Amino acid sequence: MTTLKINGRQVSVAGPDNAPLLWVIRDEVGLTGTKFGCGIGQCGACTVHIDGKAVRSCITPLSAVAGKSVTTIEGLDPHGTHPVQLAWIEAQAPQCGYCQSGQIMQAAALLAAKPHPTDAEIDQGMNGNLCRCMAYVRIKQAIKLAAKSKAGKTKQGAHA
Amino acid sequence: MNAVTRPGDVSGDLSEDLSGALSRRGFLIAATSAGVAMGFAGEASAASAAPAGFAPTLWYSIDREGIVTVNVIRAELGQHVGTAIARIVADELEADWSKVRIKTVDSDPKWGLMVTGGSWSVWQSYPIYSQAGAAGRMALIEEGAKLLKVAPGACVARNGAIHAGKASVSYGEIVKRGALARSLTAEQLAKLPMKPAAERRLVGKAARARDIPDKTNGQGLYGLDAKVPGMVYARPKLPPTRNDSVVVSIDDSAAKAVPGYQKSIALTDPSGTVPGWVVVVADSFIAATRACDLVKVTWTSGPAAKVSEADLQRRAVELIADPKTGGMAVNDPGVDAAFAAAKSKVEATYTTATALHFQMEPVNALAFEKDGVWEIHTGNQWQSLVLPWLAKALDRPEASIVMKSYLLGGGFGRRLNGDYAVGAALASKALGKPVKLVFTRADDSRFDSPRSPSVQTLRMAFGETGRVTAMEHTAAAGWPTLAMAPFFMPKGVNGVAYDPFAINGADHWYTVGAQRVRAVNNDLANATFRPGWLRSVGPGWTNWALESFMDEAAHAQGVDPLAFRLKLLDAAGRNAGSGPTATGGAKRQAAVLARVAAKAGWGKPLPKNTGIGLATTFGQERDMPTWVACAARVRVDPATGVVKVEKLDLVVDCGTVVHPDGALSQMQGASLWGMSLALFEGTEFRDGQVKDTNLGTYTPLRMADVPDLDIEFVASSEPPVGLGEPATTVVGPAIGNAIFNAVGARVRDLPIRPAAVLKAMKA
Repeated sequence: MTTLKINGRQVSVAGPDNAPLLWVIRDEVGLTGTKFGCGIGQCGACTVHIDGKAVRSCITPLSAVAGKSVTTIEGLDPHGTHPVQLAWIEAQAPQCGYCQSGQIMQAAALLAAKPHPTDAEIDQGMNGNLCRCMAYVRIKQAIKLAAKSKAGKTKQGAHA
Repeated sequence: MNAVTRPGDVSGDLSEDLSGALSRRGFLIAATSAGVAMGFAGEASAASAAPAGFAPTLWYSIDREGIVTVNVIRAELGQHVGTAIARIVADELEADWSKVRIKTVDSDPKWGLMVTGGSWSVWQSYPIYSQAGAAGRMALIEEGAKLLKVAPGACVARNGAIHAGKASVSYGEIVKRGALARSLTAEQLAKLPMKPAAERRLVGKAARARDIPDKTNGQGLYGLDAKVPGMVYARPKLPPTRNDSVVVSIDDSAAKAVPGYQKSIALTDPSGTVPGWVVVVADSFIAATRACDLVKVTWTSGPAAKVSEADLQRRAVELIADPKTGGMAVNDPGVDAAFAAAKSKVEATYTTATALHFQMEPVNALAFEKDGVWEIHTGNQWQSLVLPWLAKALDRPEASIVMKSYLLGGGFGRRLNGDYAVGAALASKALGKPVKLVFTRADDSRFDSPRSPSVQTLRMAFGETGRVTAMEHTAAAGWPTLAMAPFFMPKGVNGVAYDPFAINGADHWYTVGAQRVRAVNNDLANATFRPGWLRSVGPGWTNWALESFMDEAAHAQGVDPLAFRLKLLDAAGRNAGSGPTATGGAKRQAAVLARVAAKAGWGKPLPKNTGIGLATTFGQERDMPTWVACAARVRVDPATGVVKVEKLDLVVDCGTVVHPDGALSQMQGASLWGMSLALFEGTEFRDGQVKDTNLGTYTPLRMADVPDLDIEFVASSEPPVGLGEPATTVVGPAIGNAIFNAVGARVRDLPIRPAAVLKAMKA
């Protein structure tokens, strides 16, 4: 049994120590907003926050998160109205949407660390997140919108 | 919801006996327990693999609260298709958009052909859903008028209600109190007054896509998220070859050490869809994945297990050299004579490498039998193609199989091939319990239905004063339609069937004298793998060749490539175009090209090693031309050959733009796809398998690569055509031409690698 906090809730999971956190979240905890893309940490679809930092859950073993606090897309904001999420809707960023949980979690972490990133900093911060629909123009636009919103300066993930 | 028709409810011209209407594709408004349902009655598309049967097809309903529910048969894979289609209905219906709901439906024979591809969704839906909306509006006006005790002519439908002066009655009220049931004949439908473009209130106006909020909060359900109690996970253990591997033995002794591992099964597939597949079954996906790595399977396979990319391309060259091969899409008299008499000729050969779909969600399906019905929960683009495969595989009638719809984590054509659904169904049948079959990324890449490599040879003949007198375009590639949907292949003018999707684009709108377009199947490609329809399919390679060649031909004649093209886009003869969707023909293509050239500053001086290249296409097919043009500005590093795309200008004429923001989004994504396929993507076959199976070596475009992007739509009220793919077709050749204009290097192979640019600079 491994005990950790997911979206503010204490959970104990039975998976083996070397089970990828992604599948623990999806199958054991039952939160399917975090997606499986490449399985090698190079597409970013599985991005979650661990103690506020963006991490690829598909290559994070369960043992590495014992006692830690994990935030998934479902927990970023209790009402799904985190400034980054609102900006994503404002910019109409998603196409198929499959990568967007990861994009949003990555962007939220980026903005927490750099509230007003330059274009180059956005590129650098987001380049590990593949969007196969190539909605990059709007993802970037959404990040800028989120940075501009007043709430974006003060409000971070509810459980980060 | 069953349609109960009551044709006798209304008097006068609108009333007709149902049996008569059915035989001529009429329209029904039927009372249901919850309200009314509206739809066509008639045959499914004749060109389809549609199920036999004949049933009313219900496109939308209105309940007693006035909620309009639009049934959408198209898969949602990023194009916000439900929003576009629902707004087509709602506009003609004069519905209150806030009361419109979108329902993505499961498979059912009553829908007729269910396919999401070819950039067809809006193009095909527009006339049908517009008429359906107009029919509903007219019925609501008639019944509303009765309730308001005025003549129908005194009524106006607007915003979900019928208004007469200051009085009004809502659609919900009319459904409650009126007698809406009707049936209309095809003739009556055709006479319905359609709204003029100036009266459109939703089509062409800004709107947020309805599917987007659930894509920002983790609530959207994709195939991968489908679950059912008691299901087990399975991962495929894929054979060495796609088509002819046979399992000899399975050794799972090492896998037994994996906690949760259950068993490995060699699938028996009467449909021939998944030959040689073994599925490794476990309690969890992780256990199935880990066990799969430890299971040892011995197969026998044919010669495909040795085939390389070079073998495939050699075979293509061989086939092209034999003039007797292939289907003639176009073959005018006098081609050979014109070449024999030519004052000068240009000839060039172009290639494209194998490319992967690499949709983000690896293919997967959940299958189980419940109460005598097989349920397949999965994201899919062509249910009408897969259902017969499933029926054969399971040995059950199609009527006892339903495909449940989910969001698709990317399609791009990969999920037109529903092989993964067959694998899941067979595994579930063998185990007698629900099975969720999930591919890893590498599995998905290995058994992608990739874009076939291609080889194309183009020739042009010139007469006196540089006049173009003949052109020949021969393209050889693996044919997806031959592999999976041969009933979709037309016969060429020489009587040989060919894959239209593998040659579209070569039958262009330039007036070039005597023209020959020959589509050649690379038989070795079809034997080696299962070629797929990848975003834009043939036009993705035919236009790489054609539009690079047009520049080469122009330069050979010492003519400006823009002027050269505009002169040939004269809209003469068959290039005049005809209605409804090709009205204007080549003139509209010339217009987008001229506009993009002006926008990009064509002809103006540029810094050293920088160049602008032009290209123009008609998108997907002559019957549905989406006129598009691109100007790419690139900077080439002469030391390394690295190409930096600085800006892409695109101008598109797609007729009426139904959902402007969704349309722009498709253009943005598709143009970056074109750039990605031109510069960053490409793999090769080695020993019968694609070499690159994950992001370590397969490298689609990322955010930092995105150039300045300027996309302009031509204002138009012509009927809408498709937008999902066209921009993909035009960017590659524009980049190739820009490289030539920047540093004088002519590249003829996709993807364009820096080494090839350096080599061409020295040539």
